[in-house]
Amino acid sequence: MSIPLTHLLVFTTLLFLVGLYGVLTRRNAVGILISIEIMLNAVNINFVAFGSTLKTSPDLGQVFVIFIIVLAAATAAVGLAIVLAIYRNQKTIYMDEIDLLKW
Amino acid sequence: MSFFGSLATVSFYAVLVGVLAVAILTVTTRNLFHAAIFLAFTLLGVALIYFFLHAEFLAGVQILLYVGAIMTLVIFAIMLTAKIGDPSMPQSNHQRLPAFVGLAILSFILIPAILKMPWKTEDAFQTTNAVQIGKALMGEFVFPFEVISLVLLVALIGAIVVSRSDQ
Repeated sequence: MSIPLTHLLVFTTLLFLVGLYGVLTRRNAVGILISIEIMLNAVNINFVAFGSTLKTSPDLGQVFVIFIIVLAAATAAVGLAIVLAIYRNQKTIYMDEIDLLKW
Repeated sequence: MSFFGSLATVSFYAVLVGVLAVAILTVTTRNLFHAAIFLAFTLLGVALIYFFLHAEFLAGVQILLYVGAIMTLVIFAIMLTAKIGDPSMPQSNHQRLPAFVGLAILSFILIPAILKMPWKTEDAFQTTNAVQIGKALMGEFVFPFEVISLVLLVALIGAIVVSRSDQ
């Protein structure tokens, strides 16, 4: 690798925090799902970087990245289906207006 | 370091800065459709990072699955639900400043911890290829592989059931 591991780790930390900022501040449910995808990608880059620089087999990191990508696809499908169902019942997808279960 | 080596290093840093900038645009832009387009560029930038890390198979999977499939799903959901045309609707809640302060404090804790940690890195950069990943998936990781395929099947059936209209 042409750059040190720590620089890549700092980058993925910042990318993860950007995604977390999106999760905390977006009102729209689809926007929150988009931010979660950014966080998952930051974790994936970490796995690849660790697998190719530390004393483990590089297959180990990349196999887990494949698992995470599959789980992200499942998350996106189920999450967006839930968003569609909420929109059909409540006519809104703004998370602060969906307070049906709140006292 | 040779000229091409330093060129690769500079372009790697440029890709990192670009991905971070596009990700910030993704979470802050008001129009949700623009956010989805910026997300596509973020995911393509992550695929570029995989190429720089010599994980070519993952880069291909990333482009096919994320940029191809998940982006289509997200754009479909935006088209079916959000009223994008209304500019008076606020797109972020009232937690922007507390969230920013909290995440800044978290980064001031995490980044020095990363920089001070003595990582035991190998001298040589380790690479792998699709054949070795496939052998690992079918050999050492065959049980998680089967479980994850079942999870994906159940999740997709569940998505169909949840999003189906009642009549």
